[in-house]
Amino acid sequence: MLRACVRGANSTLRKNYGRTPLNGLQPCRHYTAGESGGGAAKVVTAGLMTVTGGIAGTILYAKWDHKFRETVEKNVPYSDRLLGLALGPAPQETGLSVKKQIELAQPPSMMEKAMKVSKAKQEKKVKETTESPIEVAKPVQPAQSLEEASTEVTHIISAISDVPSVPAPCDTEMTPVKEECKECHNHKVTAETAAVSTEIESVAAAEPLKERPVEEVTARLAQQDLDEQEIVASVSGNLDDSLASSAKATLQAIGAQEAALQAIALHTQKLKEAMEAEVPPQEKSTQWKDLEACLANRAAAVNDAGTALLKANEALDNLKSVIDKSKGRNVPAVRPLVLAAEENLHKMVVDLDKVVNKVKSAESEAKVVSQYSELVNEAKLQFQREVSSLTPEIQANWKGLTGKLSTDDLNALIAHAHRRIDQLNRELAEQRVREQIHIDAALEQQKLEYLKSQEAAVNTSLQHIKEDARLEQERKLSELREVMEAEMRTQLRRQAAAHTDHVQDVLKVQEQELKAEAEQVLSSKLLEQETRQRQLSQEQLDNFTLDMNTAYARLKGVEEAIDSHVVAEEEARKAHQLWLSVEALNYTLKTAEAGSPTKPLEVAAQAVRDSCHDNEFALALASALPEESLQRGVYSEASLRARFYGLRSLVRRVALIDESHNSLYQYFLSYLQSALLFEAKQEAPPTQLSGEDLDPFKLLSYASYCLEHGDLELAAKLVNQLTGEARRVAEDWLNEARLTLETRQVVSLLSAYANAVGLGTTQAP
Amino acid sequence: MSEKELGQKWDRCLADGVIKLGTGLGLGIVFSVVFFKRRTWPITLGSGMGLGMAYANCQTDLRLHYLVPKKDQ
Repeated sequence: MLRACVRGANSTLRKNYGRTPLNGLQPCRHYTAGESGGGAAKVVTAGLMTVTGGIAGTILYAKWDHKFRETVEKNVPYSDRLLGLALGPAPQETGLSVKKQIELAQPPSMMEKAMKVSKAKQEKKVKETTESPIEVAKPVQPAQSLEEASTEVTHIISAISDVPSVPAPCDTEMTPVKEECKECHNHKVTAETAAVSTEIESVAAAEPLKERPVEEVTARLAQQDLDEQEIVASVSGNLDDSLASSAKATLQAIGAQEAALQAIALHTQKLKEAMEAEVPPQEKSTQWKDLEACLANRAAAVNDAGTALLKANEALDNLKSVIDKSKGRNVPAVRPLVLAAEENLHKMVVDLDKVVNKVKSAESEAKVVSQYSELVNEAKLQFQREVSSLTPEIQANWKGLTGKLSTDDLNALIAHAHRRIDQLNRELAEQRVREQIHIDAALEQQKLEYLKSQEAAVNTSLQHIKEDARLEQERKLSELREVMEAEMRTQLRRQAAAHTDHVQDVLKVQEQELKAEAEQVLSSKLLEQETRQRQLSQEQLDNFTLDMNTAYARLKGVEEAIDSHVVAEEEARKAHQLWLSVEALNYTLKTAEAGSPTKPLEVAAQAVRDSCHDNEFALALASALPEESLQRGVYSEASLRARFYGLRSLVRRVALIDESHNSLYQYFLSYLQSALLFEAKQEAPPTQLSGEDLDPFKLLSYASYCLEHGDLELAAKLVNQLTGEARRVAEDWLNEARLTLETRQVVSLLSAYANAVGLGTTQAP
Repeated sequence: MSEKELGQKWDRCLADGVIKLGTGLGLGIVFSVVFFKRRTWPITLGSGMGLGMAYANCQTDLRLHYLVPKKDQ
């Protein structure tokens, strides 16, 4: 289309501007004939225009269509250079780059996708890894606490649940211990259930709670036993110590108090004595000394008693605190000890109070007496003062001053004494008058004091009674507890007995099952062992028989070898004979003279047959000898060759004669042909005969060549290709050749066979 | 020997030809002398006939091998 346009353009160009080139060309060509020159010029220009137009069109189209450009570049040799100059480098790269971009875009997109996928995977992995460590971290920490909680929970659950593997309840301490454990753990649990309950579920989900094994439980119980025993021991030790100390202290106190009492009693007595008894002055002084000593004694005793009392009180308080502490321990075994200690304490307290009361009463008496003595002393002192006021130079210890006083002093003293007596009588009368009042007051006082003391006594007795009651209660409680414990023990024992029965039953059943299983296993194992044994023995037998068989086979082999040796020797002999006969046969073949055939092969063949009458192959071969050869013998190759030359000329002469062409005229023509046609005397036959090679002349030349080179077979084959009269003429020669060849083949086979057999390597089957 | 056959055939042919020719010639001569006033045509005729017969015989003899199958049919 473009070309058409281009041509149209050219034509228009020519129309429009055709003149100018023509005009341009014309001056060049004005010396030539105008029309012709003009015509030529026209033609030339037209041709040039078309060419250029074509080129321009191809360039334009190539610019537009790249495939066209490629085809042009491929087909037209230097167009690529031209197009490159005109349009720039080939846009193949752009196209390829586009494709590549497309391709690249695809893989990048794929890669992006892959990247995204991998990123997602990585993110997931990262998330997982981050989560997993977090989770791992999280579970680690709660796991740790969980573990602890779980152990505690297991404690609880194993403690709460009936551990069936607890041994027979022969030791009764187990149950109270267990009780105690339960109590202890319950106490513990109450403190921790709040914390544990939230985690129990997770724990239960995470870990299956395991029952503690028997050993652990027993160990734990034993441990608890030990602990409790230790506690008991410690507590008892403490109690004993404190009891002992307190007892000692109280005894001491009591002793001290008694001593004090005695001292007080003594003192009062002595005081009374001192007050009332009238003893001579020396004794009075001694008495007063004694009294003072007694007083000192009493004071000391009282102090001692006080300190001892304090000590005792301290000890008792100690004991009380210890008792309270041991009560706080909450171990039942300790209770009786505690109870006993408390009773002891109570007793000691009671004794102490009694003694203290006694001492107090004694002291009150002593106070009375001391008051009396004080009064007396006061009176005495007053008297002394009076006396001293009267007789200032005389000292107090006037009883010993009997010799020193004068009569005035004595009279004064007596007067004073009389006066004093009067005064005292008056006082006495007053006193008797006020006696009642005084008595009443005293009684009142006494009553009050008595009330007070009564109250105190009542209080103390109340306390004591309370204490007693409490102790009684506690004793009763402990008794009751013991009873309950005994009952519980019996119940538990019963339960345990039932449990043992059940366990025994279960054990029996299990035993039976296990026995059956074990028997089964045993029987199966025995069977296995038996079968294995049998297998082994069988294997041994088999091996033995195998060995025997191999030995026997070898023996047989050896025998056979020997036999075959004999046979082989026989065979060898026979082969030798065969070989000899075959050689004889071969020799007879050579006895052919120039024109006459060989001797008849019958004899030799017979010899061969005789020598191989048991060898089928050789027999077959021997019988394969053609009769003619046996009876008449065969011609030698040389004679055949000689004969061939005569034959050749004859065949040449009758070359044209066949079924259809066999008139005399044909004969004449054939003779003419043979005279006029010259072929090569000998020509090497091709490996494959083509159509033109079947010409008799050619065949004859091939055959003569073959004969010259000793290849009778090929020559016979070639002669066999003759047709018509030529064939008829050559028939005899061909037969002879065939005979010879056959015989020779058979003989050669036989000889080869004999050779082979003679070598001893082959034996025809 | 098959190659000698042809020679033998030719021998026969020749002999036969000679005989026939001679015979024909003789008869021709005889006939020409006796019956046809010493013309030559019976001689030629006779010799020709003899020759022809000889030719035919020869040809037949030579063709004999090829004709045999047809006869057997």
